Amino acid sequence: MARVTLNAVKKTYPNGFAAIHGVDLDVADSEFIVLVGPSGCGKSTLLRMVAGLETVSQGQISIDGNVVNELEPAQRDIAMVFQNYALYPHMKVFDNMAYGLRNRGVAKPEIERRVKETARILELDALLDRRPRQLSGGQRQRVAMGRAIVREPKAFLFDEPLSNLDAKLRVQMRIEIKRLQRQFGITSLYVTHDQVEAMTLADRLVVMNAGHAEQIGTPLEVYQRPATVFVASFIGSPAMNFISGAVDAGAVSVNGSARLPAHPAKDMAGPITVGIRPEHLELVEDAAADLLLVIDLVEPLGADTLVHGHVGASDTCGQTLTLRLNGISSVRAGETLPLRATPEHIHLFDADSGVRIERAP
Amino acid sequence: MVEHRPWLTALSYLVLLVGVVVTMLPLWIAFVVSTHPLENLLTAPIPIWPGDQLWENYSQILGSGIDGYVAVPVLRMMGNSLIMALSITFGKIAISLIAAYAIVYFRFPLRMLFFWLIFITLMLPVEVRILPTFKVVADLGMLNSYAGLSIPLIASATATFLFRQFFLTIPDELVEAARIDGAGPLKFFRDILLPLSRTNVAALFVILFIFGWNQYLWPLLVTTEESYYTVVMGIQRMVNAADTVPLWHLVMATATLAMLPPVFVVVVMQKLFVKGLVETEK
Repeated sequence: MARVTLNAVKKTYPNGFAAIHGVDLDVADSEFIVLVGPSGCGKSTLLRMVAGLETVSQGQISIDGNVVNELEPAQRDIAMVFQNYALYPHMKVFDNMAYGLRNRGVAKPEIERRVKETARILELDALLDRRPRQLSGGQRQRVAMGRAIVREPKAFLFDEPLSNLDAKLRVQMRIEIKRLQRQFGITSLYVTHDQVEAMTLADRLVVMNAGHAEQIGTPLEVYQRPATVFVASFIGSPAMNFISGAVDAGAVSVNGSARLPAHPAKDMAGPITVGIRPEHLELVEDAAADLLLVIDLVEPLGADTLVHGHVGASDTCGQTLTLRLNGISSVRAGETLPLRATPEHIHLFDADSGVRIERAP
Repeated sequence: MVEHRPWLTALSYLVLLVGVVVTMLPLWIAFVVSTHPLENLLTAPIPIWPGDQLWENYSQILGSGIDGYVAVPVLRMMGNSLIMALSITFGKIAISLIAAYAIVYFRFPLRMLFFWLIFITLMLPVEVRILPTFKVVADLGMLNSYAGLSIPLIASATATFLFRQFFLTIPDELVEAARIDGAGPLKFFRDILLPLSRTNVAALFVILFIFGWNQYLWPLLVTTEESYYTVVMGIQRMVNAADTVPLWHLVMATATLAMLPPVFVVVVMQKLFVKGLVETEK
């Protein structure tokens, strides 16, 4: 239970490769922070720096106000859950959970009590005498969680802990993790590349890209007001549609003709990237349409239907769009759909830098 | 084989049987000879069934030396062999475990150079470096001592390499989990690495024990006092005694006894040995 503060943290490897370009993050007590991003974005590196498994090239990491840059992992009072669980194969479940406590010189009866208590919460009571190889994937995952919980650390670090589980178990464990974190109120940092995990678990998200934290905010903030094109495309499934357009005379036009009801700042002009989520495009009467979508492909998913198509006069200069319709739809490839989006659902980004442009108030 | 042809099965068994006979026959003859009095062996044909002198022959060599051949009893020689073989085995395993641990888990300057230095000693078994090694051992005053018998044979590139390869298969996360759990280098070595290496150690123990037990050339060079003779040397001394007829029944009894400890080690360790060779416990 502690605050974790990252202050302009940088990581440069000896070969000159810069993995982290300066990340600032303030994790409040009992907060659940999820680091999310594509592979190679530096999210795991950042987590391992907090754990003390990677050195910090520049900047400061503090836990509860104490700078921990130079401390060994064990001295930082953190616990980590690894992707492959990293259970000690030759030790029984009980010993796996007790090992860290023994190394800290906790008294035997106390170890016994804490391991039993944790095992009870995680429903591992019956498995304490087994070895890891006799356990299923989900059970191993729970032992790994137990090994972390039993230590009563200041912070939990999770490195893609669910990616080795099958889909059903993953959902189950996701809920479990959230429940346990709430129950113990332990500050947590969680790394994942799965945006559903990120959105459901996080109090706040850190969206990482190429060693930068592109946006830090609550899941809904990130969804509703993505700070950059990268964030907008990474969060949300199917991904947000992007259309290149231009601003002139206080209006946004795409494809030279179609005008969108977005309201850019008055003094703006020039090229722009327009983003609209597939779920925010509505079917309207022909007369009210801003865009005409020519359907290329229809994917019925049951709960909703994904429609892929293009806008524009011809295929050559057309831009592809995806549209999400509720329920089962009767639209077919080749048809043209009249579409519209309400102003609050149209995102504008700078065409060069990809940074979000706020609408005029 | 997936095919079911009776004559093929029969042929397979025949080949196996021939193999067994070829391997076992010399052992059988050695045993049979060791149970007869010498007179029975000097006239053709030599017996193929055990005689009635088993107890006499064995108690004679175990209890005391043989006049004119070797002065020390076989039991003493077997004791020497055992001390040498065990020293070599434990020494080799300990040194190579530690060396491999250093090479795999610690970053120090010239690490790879040291690894290759160890590795190229594979090209220098004791037979190749026997004269310089003898000189060193002699200068250190280690002739006619257990230290002289075992220490020069302890360094082992093969075992170091084997442990290195095994350590490389241990996932990094395990090391990291141990670091987070507060295990320092020594604790990690003792609590995690050693237990995980158990089957490898067992396999090596068997191989190295037999290697140590069967050493012939080196003990022959460094021991001149009979009280340090090993049993393998002792057999040779008995056969080559000057101006006398070899006492074949006693030679063979000694040889049979000399075979027992390696067989014992293999039988006892067999399960772990096979496990160590075919699987790495994950």
